[in-house]
Amino acid sequence: MFCKKEWIAMLLAGGQGSRLYTLTQKLAKPAVPFGGKYRIIDFPLSNCVNSDIDTVGVLTQYQPLVLNEYIGNGQPWDLDRNNGGVFVLPPYQKSSGSDWYTGTANAIYQNINFIDRYDPEYVLILSGDHIYKMDYEKMLNYHKEKQADCTIAVLQVPMEEASRFGIMNAYPDGTIYEFEEKPPVPKSNLASMGIYIFTWQKLRKYLIEDEANPNSQKDFGKNILPAMLADNQKMVAYPFEGYWKDVGTIDSLWEANMDLLDPKVPLDLYDDSWKIYSRNPVMPPHFVHEGAVVENSMVTEGCDIAGNIDFSILFAGVTVEEGAIVRDSIVMPGSVIKKGAVVEYAIVAENVVIEEGAVIGQRPEDAADKDNWGVTVIGNGVTIGAGAVIPPKAMIDKDVQGA
Amino acid sequence: MRENKVLGIIFSNMHDNALGELTQHRTTGSVPFGGRYRLIDFALSSMVNSGIDNIGIITKQNYQSLMDHVGAGRPWDLARKRGGLVILPPFANTGSGIYRGRLEALQGAMSYIQHNDAKYVLLSDCNIVANVDLRDFINTHIKSGAQITLMTRSAQIEPEGCQELSIVSFDEETRQINDIRTRPEAKGVQDVYMNVIIMEKVLLERLVAEAKSHDRYSLMRHALQPSIHKLDMRAYEFKGFTRRIGGMETFFNANMALLNPQVRADLFPSERPIYTKIRDQVPVKYGLSAKVSNSLIADGCIINGTVENSVIFRGVKIGRGVILRNCIVMQDTYIEDNAHLEYVITDKDVLVKDSRTLIGCDTHPIYLAKGSSI
Repeated sequence: MFCKKEWIAMLLAGGQGSRLYTLTQKLAKPAVPFGGKYRIIDFPLSNCVNSDIDTVGVLTQYQPLVLNEYIGNGQPWDLDRNNGGVFVLPPYQKSSGSDWYTGTANAIYQNINFIDRYDPEYVLILSGDHIYKMDYEKMLNYHKEKQADCTIAVLQVPMEEASRFGIMNAYPDGTIYEFEEKPPVPKSNLASMGIYIFTWQKLRKYLIEDEANPNSQKDFGKNILPAMLADNQKMVAYPFEGYWKDVGTIDSLWEANMDLLDPKVPLDLYDDSWKIYSRNPVMPPHFVHEGAVVENSMVTEGCDIAGNIDFSILFAGVTVEEGAIVRDSIVMPGSVIKKGAVVEYAIVAENVVIEEGAVIGQRPEDAADKDNWGVTVIGNGVTIGAGAVIPPKAMIDKDVQGA
Repeated sequence: MRENKVLGIIFSNMHDNALGELTQHRTTGSVPFGGRYRLIDFALSSMVNSGIDNIGIITKQNYQSLMDHVGAGRPWDLARKRGGLVILPPFANTGSGIYRGRLEALQGAMSYIQHNDAKYVLLSDCNIVANVDLRDFINTHIKSGAQITLMTRSAQIEPEGCQELSIVSFDEETRQINDIRTRPEAKGVQDVYMNVIIMEKVLLERLVAEAKSHDRYSLMRHALQPSIHKLDMRAYEFKGFTRRIGGMETFFNANMALLNPQVRADLFPSERPIYTKIRDQVPVKYGLSAKVSNSLIADGCIINGTVENSVIFRGVKIGRGVILRNCIVMQDTYIEDNAHLEYVITDKDVLVKDSRTLIGCDTHPIYLAKGSSI
């Protein structure tokens, strides 16, 4: 027996996140650690519960183990409910043959039965690779007020960057008349944030039609939205103001983490009225030794710091030994940076060991080849030998011998 | 059903008077400790990590904060259909229900205890900070054939700190107890009873029933001491780190002991974590002018000043130019710019305004009550 819900959310978490390379070798992008104690998916999930959505389907496909384990029964987000809650929805075998999720629209199509059980008026479609805080309820009210069939959250981006996004061209009242995916010459700077509210019965119809079309790529941006637009369905742009960042690349992941250290960036994690929930580590408070220097940084429980930390984010249970320097870097849970090692402009993944005196990455101003400078990435579980030097922009997924 | 199942009973209120101001609004069990914990977390986590998953918490008064803290027991994995955590409020079939001692408190909890199918009952207070592997204690008790086993620790005793202590004398070889002295005139290194005890449930039921029929209430005075040489009572020495919280000074020193890496390693081994209530705090943010040294800092803090030799609890904000030395700063305290505090304990939600200076000394730290504003 299922109670009718006014709306439910469907979170697309199946993407590989191939541009995060070694970071997503063993886990789906939404499970990538972020901001000291979170994973990316904590942001949309927390937004859902803070917006009073109590039923969320999480569509998984690529490397789901860590993500499944992390979501568990949904308790950290208060989504362990008798009626509703969070559901992990992988592709499954059907009597008429089985299929992987072949596109974002196909993933929702394959779960029409799940959605129908709640008989919702509206369905919110989210993706699991953005960092932002948003009250989806305001967006729903906008959707109702405009009597829209589809509402797309949009963000004003700088005009010169607009050609990287899906751009919505809209009349002043918000009605979208044109949708352009990564236009070379953008007509507006309203970028789609990948957050949609659909009136379910409408979306249901278009999903079924799209599925029947052999030429379709089964994608929301490429197929569903253009088809609805072509049929003159009421589509409106919902303007969002605030912090929003796609963390699909190494650079943007690094930047979004660093944004947390910038007091001018309007993403306040300390606001108790809109908490970001996560599965918390069970560790003692972090300890800062005598002689350590910690400035402009975020440090999580379980850390043990004797070295110098500047403009960096340390996740739970990181050890930084005496004389080690961590600067402009992100160090994920359980990693150890031994005596005298230097880590600059780097993302160090989980359970990495950086032996004594190793040098990871480099500041751009110190780089010899400035054109090929970039953030260095050390993959999960890698050991970097004593005294080894890892150049900027390197991507290390195997142990490196000491020098 | 498991063989040799153990039921855990925790007395949350036993030492409220000794802790004075710290327990004005709370039980001993809910006294904050070590940046993110409450005292009861140590007893609860020790039990859970030792496979005890049926735990009753006996309460007396002011147990609202305790209930808020333990909730349904989820952080300890005790929110169960079978067993799990049960809060046992005072049971008032006569008078006010306010018991005079552990034995009387157990009378009120007897229906819970009787309905449990455990073979053994392990009783514990929560005024001692320790991470105890109780499996060894339980196994030793079972193997030895003793009827009652008391846990002791070896501690240096000062005559003035003895009022609450019981000192156990036992035969070194058989470990059979031949004397227990309460409130003794003793000093030097002694075997001190930790108020952790195990016996078969049927024996506990018998002791409680006998006490009830004689209007007796004290476990120590009316059951244990009279049973010396009558029952096979033995001592088990716990050798790990222990600190008894018996007043403001011991509270201060026990917190400060956590700044020692060896103590932290002993108290927080990764294979036996201490669980506590989850508050979903953000990691600590250090500002440009932050200078922190030899300090333990919990999540949710924002630090812009100087912090030395201190324990900072969750959600504390420390302004620019602040100097904090040898302080214990509890949850959600706000210390405004340029304040200067040394040897100060602030309880929860304290506000220390701009440029205030407060300096206590190591034997007499200044205590700022919950919610106070300076």
